[in-house]
Amino acid sequence: MAPPGEFTLASRGPKRPSRPDGRRPPAPASYPVRTEEDLLTVRHAVRAATVEVGFGLVDQTRVVTAASELARNAYVHGGGGTVTLEYPRDPRGRRGLRLIVTDEGPGIADLDAALTDGFTTGSGLGHGLGGARRLMDEFSVRTGPGEGTAVVVTRWTVR
Amino acid sequence: MTGQPQPGVPILRLGDVLVTGLLNELDDRTAIAFTEELTERISAEGARGVLIDISRLEVIDSFVARTLMELTTVARLLGARVIVAGMRPPVAITLVELGIELVGVETALNPEQGLAALGWRQAPQPLEGARRGTAR
Repeated sequence: MAPPGEFTLASRGPKRPSRPDGRRPPAPASYPVRTEEDLLTVRHAVRAATVEVGFGLVDQTRVVTAASELARNAYVHGGGGTVTLEYPRDPRGRRGLRLIVTDEGPGIADLDAALTDGFTTGSGLGHGLGGARRLMDEFSVRTGPGEGTAVVVTRWTVR
Repeated sequence: MTGQPQPGVPILRLGDVLVTGLLNELDDRTAIAFTEELTERISAEGARGVLIDISRLEVIDSFVARTLMELTTVARLLGARVIVAGMRPPVAITLVELGIELVGVETALNPEQGLAALGWRQAPQPLEGARRGTAR
């Protein structure tokens, strides 16, 4: 545990065994998003992943928040979906965390509108997609009417 | 995790102020149950102020933000002033980048300052045996 007075956002789960080897990235992992509880599971998994990759506290919060927005989008608008975590490295050796959020829902009819703050077809605030884009370094969407939606976002560590 | 919503943080009454908080695992049902319980208590107890401690929240996404904004509005319609206290700095940074300013929601650095804004003052410790003269 952190000393008193220090912020800690470390996950509360049991500590992972340390890897004495050359810090090989964890294998990609997928999580279903079918229920409210799944949203919590995704958040916990993403939090643990951000700690694993070595993000600072603010970046941890950014990535978990983006994951929460995208997973909720898949749950509310896509009728459920899947969140996959990947651990890429860029050519400079920086570590990153990539979230791939897919659903087989109706797709996004007007992507530009969906990326505009305040636009919502649901009960949220309309900041989910555009907000997630701002919170991450890389962002792409593949969608269309009847084609479902796939959002891929990546955040890189500073070094 | 199924069935009844998890009982959250208790709602305490200090005079005409209600003091409560939010836990990290806020889902839809918990949020609705929290809003309902808090508004019932405001009405039943004639509360004029509500302090909500959010220092346990590691993430505020747009769903939680909407809950806080709606809760504040409902309380205001009932005549109570809500102050949200103790937001973590990374959460504040992330909310701004998300584009959510929690318009209409009053905030305080910590519960103590929130309570002070709601009219509570930290009185100096009364001397031993000097309590006979107090109103209570």
